[in-house]
Amino acid sequence: MAYEGGGDRGKAERFRSAALPYLDDVYTLARYLLRNTADAQDAAQECYLRAFRHFETFRGGPIKPWLLAILRNVCRAEYARRGALAGILDSLDDAKETAEGLWDEAGHSPETETLQKLDSEAMQRLITQLPDAFREAIVLREINDLSYREIADITGAPVGTVMSRLARARAMLRAAWLAEGNRS
Amino acid sequence: MTCDEAEVMLHALIDNELDAGHARDIEAHAAQCARCASQLAAYRDLRNSLQGGSLGYTAPLSLRRSIDRAVPSPAMASRRTLLKGFAAGSLMSAAAAASVAFVIVREDRDQRILGEAISAHLRSLQADHLTDVLSTDQHTVKPWFNGRIDLAPPVIDLTAQGFTLVGGRLDFIDGKPVAAIVYRRRVHVINLFVAQGQGLALPAPRTEIVQGFNIRRWSEQGLNLLAVSDLNSEELEEFGTKFEQAFRATRTG
Repeated sequence: MAYEGGGDRGKAERFRSAALPYLDDVYTLARYLLRNTADAQDAAQECYLRAFRHFETFRGGPIKPWLLAILRNVCRAEYARRGALAGILDSLDDAKETAEGLWDEAGHSPETETLQKLDSEAMQRLITQLPDAFREAIVLREINDLSYREIADITGAPVGTVMSRLARARAMLRAAWLAEGNRS
Repeated sequence: MTCDEAEVMLHALIDNELDAGHARDIEAHAAQCARCASQLAAYRDLRNSLQGGSLGYTAPLSLRRSIDRAVPSPAMASRRTLLKGFAAGSLMSAAAAASVAFVIVREDRDQRILGEAISAHLRSLQADHLTDVLSTDQHTVKPWFNGRIDLAPPVIDLTAQGFTLVGGRLDFIDGKPVAAIVYRRRVHVINLFVAQGQGLALPAPRTEIVQGFNIRRWSEQGLNLLAVSDLNSEELEEFGTKFEQAFRATRTG
């Protein structure tokens, strides 16, 4: 029997060179979505295993959004597991309600007030505190640097929804930032 | 454009997601609406601080390594495919056995020995299983077998012939301890298993492909020798011939 390794070997090498450069992006999104280091590492690992397994289905184009979409699915499975574990489902509907309140609050905040300088760690913490859907949107946009179209594809939401989520996410973030400034 | 519309659309503007027409609409609105203008400035400000800061996380090295390990490396990929091939290989030998109207015990045992030789070869390729005695010096490897096995395996340096002696190891095939002498050619490992002949001498050297590996078997001076490698069959044949020549030379010389 002849070797059939050629294809597999080629696949592994192509996968490495295409996907591994985006590990920081994948890990960053995992950190923000899951809010802890250990789960983020597990999720990133699982993401790459799945990605490799399904690498044949990748149809070319930028690979970053494809990887992040896989990661998001892994994280949602983790949400479900946590929800089942704690009996509390950290669902998007809850997030929407929370957001509504904050949105109003942000609308009334004085726009002229200047934002204090925050170090990256404090800013990361503020982003981490945003509700799921808004945190996801703003991380994909500002940190993973994806377009509205790419975010829409990953999250399965229309582009218009992506835009309004981003608007809310920024309003909430700004409000939290101002509150942080007033506190200190 | 109303303020409500502008409030959301201004985000698309600062994200460069608007076409020129819509961008002009927003800017025109902001030019005459102080509230929306200050919103636009505030969010541009926010965006700049987000982009300027290093808000991403760097994947820990341990994670990078563990992913790297989990994705098959070239060597692992081929081994794994070979293992898959194992199942197909044994199916094929079963089919071959069925197509022959009779199965004699000896052939059955033959197949098992071949299978075990390949398993031993595969095990040896896993980390740190290749050799018990690591030496390119035949005078170090040969005495190592003394007292470990009831035969004196021929340990022959074939470096000059292009096959580097790597070392030796004790292995088990057919329930008996055998000497394994390890050679290397380029990246290919050759395991040469040496066992007592026990009347199972082969009349002539036989080279066959079993489960993707080349195997050469022959008998010499009351010993049965079996070489397994992923080396191509021509070069494994060359190995066998060179070894035989050198083996005979040690006996006469």
